[in-house]
Amino acid sequence: MKSLEELKKIREKMQNKVILREGSAEKRIVVGMATCGIAAGARPVLNTFVEEIAKRNLTGTVEVGQTGCIGMCRFEPIVEVFEGDKRVTYVYVNPDKAKEIVEKHIVGGEPIVEYTIGAAEK
Amino acid sequence: MKELSLNILDIAQNSIHADATLVQILLDETDESLTLSIVDDGKGMSEEFVSRVTDPFSTTRTTRKVGMGLPLLKLAAEQTGGSLAIESRERTLYPEDHGTKVTAFFYKNHLDFTPLGDVVSTVVSLVQGSPDVDFLFRHTFPDHTVELDTREIREVLGEEVPLSSPDVLVWIRETLTEQYEGTDEEDE
Ligand SMILES: Nc1ncnc2c1ncn2[C@@H]1O[C@H](COP(=O)(O)OP(=O)(O)OP(=O)(O)O)[C@@H](O)[C@H]1O
Ligand code: FES
Ligand SMILES: [Mg+2]
Repeated sequence: MKSLEELKKIREKMQNKVILREGSAEKRIVVGMATCGIAAGARPVLNTFVEEIAKRNLTGTVEVGQTGCIGMCRFEPIVEVFEGDKRVTYVYVNPDKAKEIVEKHIVGGEPIVEYTIGAAEK
Repeated sequence: MKELSLNILDIAQNSIHADATLVQILLDETDESLTLSIVDDGKGMSEEFVSRVTDPFSTTRTTRKVGMGLPLLKLAAEQTGGSLAIESRERTLYPEDHGTKVTAFFYKNHLDFTPLGDVVSTVVSLVQGSPDVDFLFRHTFPDHTVELDTREIREVLGEEVPLSSPDVLVWIRETLTEQYEGTDEEDE
């Protein structure tokens, strides 16, 4: 049985770390979670990013956020990756693509051009 | 929507956008029916707005003219023979007790009933996206109840540890999953 004791342990473990404040991450992954995004499959995409970032211990450097309408329903699920003043917009994202984006773009530093909106619009 | 839990995620986002500090997601199940209530203490809507909000051509959003969230939930309820009701008190008129309650009633055995699906992922997604908002999730069955109250979690964690921390989200997922599986199962 999960207990509040376990939560206390999490608290103790976390108190020794410097906790990331919003905006201090190097990279930010934002998932569109308006009605159309949710209907198109944004929830498992979001949860895949959250799990992959935690698994790779990137919580301090990569932030995962949610946003409402991005204004391009037909491309949902949409994910935007921000780094400095650069923005890459991924479209029709699914959990497998999300894992690949973490591996190649977030960790490897190379955006996956074929999944971006630029490629989809051609 | 493929799962009702996705509608729940969507409707709870409305409460968050209305500046709620507490969002209650209440599911009450019998053999024949499912009642879903989403109750918030946000800024509310005017009576006039409530009367047309389930019509897909009304929204206060500026990016797009059509709000789809409430009309979709209404459709999901009505296609089982059930119904949707919205009660709301606007902050400007009720500064002390404002907020919105959306109640959807479903007949579970109807052919067009949309299964609830992965409601645990819905709760985790909500906490991840809005770690400063409190959520009370309660799913009542005839013989047991599944419950999570982030106010209790927050009390244990203190102020420094955000509810969106990965370890906390895992804890929330596991605690709910265990409650759904029942507490009397053998250890794996
Ligand atoms: N809990 C609430 N508190 C206050 N206002 C609400 C609430 N729920 C809905 N509204 C109002 O009703 C409108 C319509 O909601 P609805 O969920 O149908 O569509 P939407 O959120 O505008 O767009 P989307 O299709 O992305 O969900 C919202 O824009 C908001 O103005
Ligand atoms: S509602 Fe679809 S992208 Fe905005
Ligand atoms: Mg909505």
